[in-house]
Amino acid sequence: MMEALSFEFFRNALLAGLLASVICGVIGSLVVVNRIVFLAGGVAHASYGGVGLAFYLGLPVLPVTAAFSTTAALGMAWVTLGARERADTVIGVLWAAGMALGIILLDLTPGYNSDLMSYLFGSILAVPESDLMLMAGLSGAVLVLAGLFSRGLLVMSFDVEFARSRGVPVRFLHFLLMGLVAVCVVMVIRVVGLILVMALLTIPPFMAERRARSLAGMMLLSACLSAVFCVAGLYLSYALDLTSGASIIAVACLGFACSLLVPVSRPKEAA
Amino acid sequence: MQQLALELKDLWFAYDGTRVLDRVSLALPRGEFLAVLGPNGGGKSTLLRLLLGLVRPGGGSLRVLGQDPGQAGGRIGYLPQFTAVSASFPITVLGAVALGLVRPGFSGLGGWLKASARSAERAEARLALDRVGLAGQAGRRLSDLSGGQRQRVFIARAIVSGPELLLLDEPTASVDGKSRQELMALLAELNRDMTIVMVSHDMSTVDGCVTSIACVNRGLHHHAESRLTPEIFAEAVGVDPAGCPVELLAHGPVPHRVLLDHDHPDCCGGAHRRRQGDQDPEGAP
Repeated sequence: MMEALSFEFFRNALLAGLLASVICGVIGSLVVVNRIVFLAGGVAHASYGGVGLAFYLGLPVLPVTAAFSTTAALGMAWVTLGARERADTVIGVLWAAGMALGIILLDLTPGYNSDLMSYLFGSILAVPESDLMLMAGLSGAVLVLAGLFSRGLLVMSFDVEFARSRGVPVRFLHFLLMGLVAVCVVMVIRVVGLILVMALLTIPPFMAERRARSLAGMMLLSACLSAVFCVAGLYLSYALDLTSGASIIAVACLGFACSLLVPVSRPKEAA
Repeated sequence: MQQLALELKDLWFAYDGTRVLDRVSLALPRGEFLAVLGPNGGGKSTLLRLLLGLVRPGGGSLRVLGQDPGQAGGRIGYLPQFTAVSASFPITVLGAVALGLVRPGFSGLGGWLKASARSAERAEARLALDRVGLAGQAGRRLSDLSGGQRQRVFIARAIVSGPELLLLDEPTASVDGKSRQELMALLAELNRDMTIVMVSHDMSTVDGCVTSIACVNRGLHHHAESRLTPEIFAEAVGVDPAGCPVELLAHGPVPHRVLLDHDHPDCCGGAHRRRQGDQDPEGAP
């Protein structure tokens, strides 16, 4: 491990993984308890259109993708807001449309882009320092926003009907949450690729949900779990020369299976 | 002058051009315990959503606690249908109750509470839990509680803000018989401090506790009676009062218990009187 740490690319990869872990712990928990995993998947895949757009216009990838997927996420938030019926179908359409747009735009971009696959499967070992700074900034912004509105998000996540009846601005929170998901997804794409985004967003929160006693505890626990998976997966990828994104997810899946085997112990009923 | 808890005049509401509620009028004084009965699809839930301000009426006037619906959010306690809450949500009983204190509007979204405000919230939540008889469960995970206990937690959440009006959507739908009786006793006790409007399709909840009954089936008929008469009963399930409420007999012995007036000459041609101890649903004519 020490040997690996002497390489700058590995240190950058570790930092990127840890940043992604923190953000996935927070946003992934919200995604899981709000049961919007499918929506998050839609945003993740539609964001590929942003990657294509960035290459086509010759602009930096991360900011363009962030803007594109935020727009897509807010669009999906709008669709799911009113008529819940068929909302999943519309998300499926946006999901596919975003990916197709990305691929077509990449086709139209002159020259061969070796980077193309890295956005599908992750390129954590090639994260430059500039992206790292941007990721840190985005993580900070997401954390501050989630913290500022944490009570509202908690009330909405727990019981939407009740929140509405209390006059809590659920619409606003819904859009806010989808925006946060979009930013989060763009960051995680860098690490594990958009194909595997869903695993990092759902596996650690799911493992944490059964053991946490509060939403904040769930976020903290799933961030820690993500960090462990990222570090272990990265090291395996370095040591065994495996694709980094896939090995992170492999470790996560292994941890997931183990957590299912270990029963949840809880204090018995207080007298 | 006594202020009305609910004041509805010629209210209507339509989904896609079909009126699910039409010419609904109701003047409910404070302190009442109103049971809203009616067949599924008769507009009970829509009426509740109108009262909460979640949907706007097509026409007519509607005042809740003297205010427009949606304006009285902080003065209304609400118990949604049980199914809305995820069973595995990581939250303690106390935490869930404290969420009932969230303020309406954007001022309620902020995550950072002062330590004093936080402990005041917890104290209020404990009081509410005490009232529903769950003071000893405050630190447990909500998912570890039984269905009846969970329903009490949600009632605690609805009353923690000290509401003047309590709106309940099928409070007994997902609890067993014993918990159901306990719940109704609890609601009768709470009724001393607040007006209660309870939507239910469960006839057995009505008996004894409520002060009046509203039957909703597109229109609304308000009966200032606290017990089910065969007429109200028939109206609530949407059948002809002269006929026999076979639909409910199919659910078991419930109507036998609710319909105290077994001497009613028209009811199943006196079949109930002959078969009083008989709980066999096949016994219906």
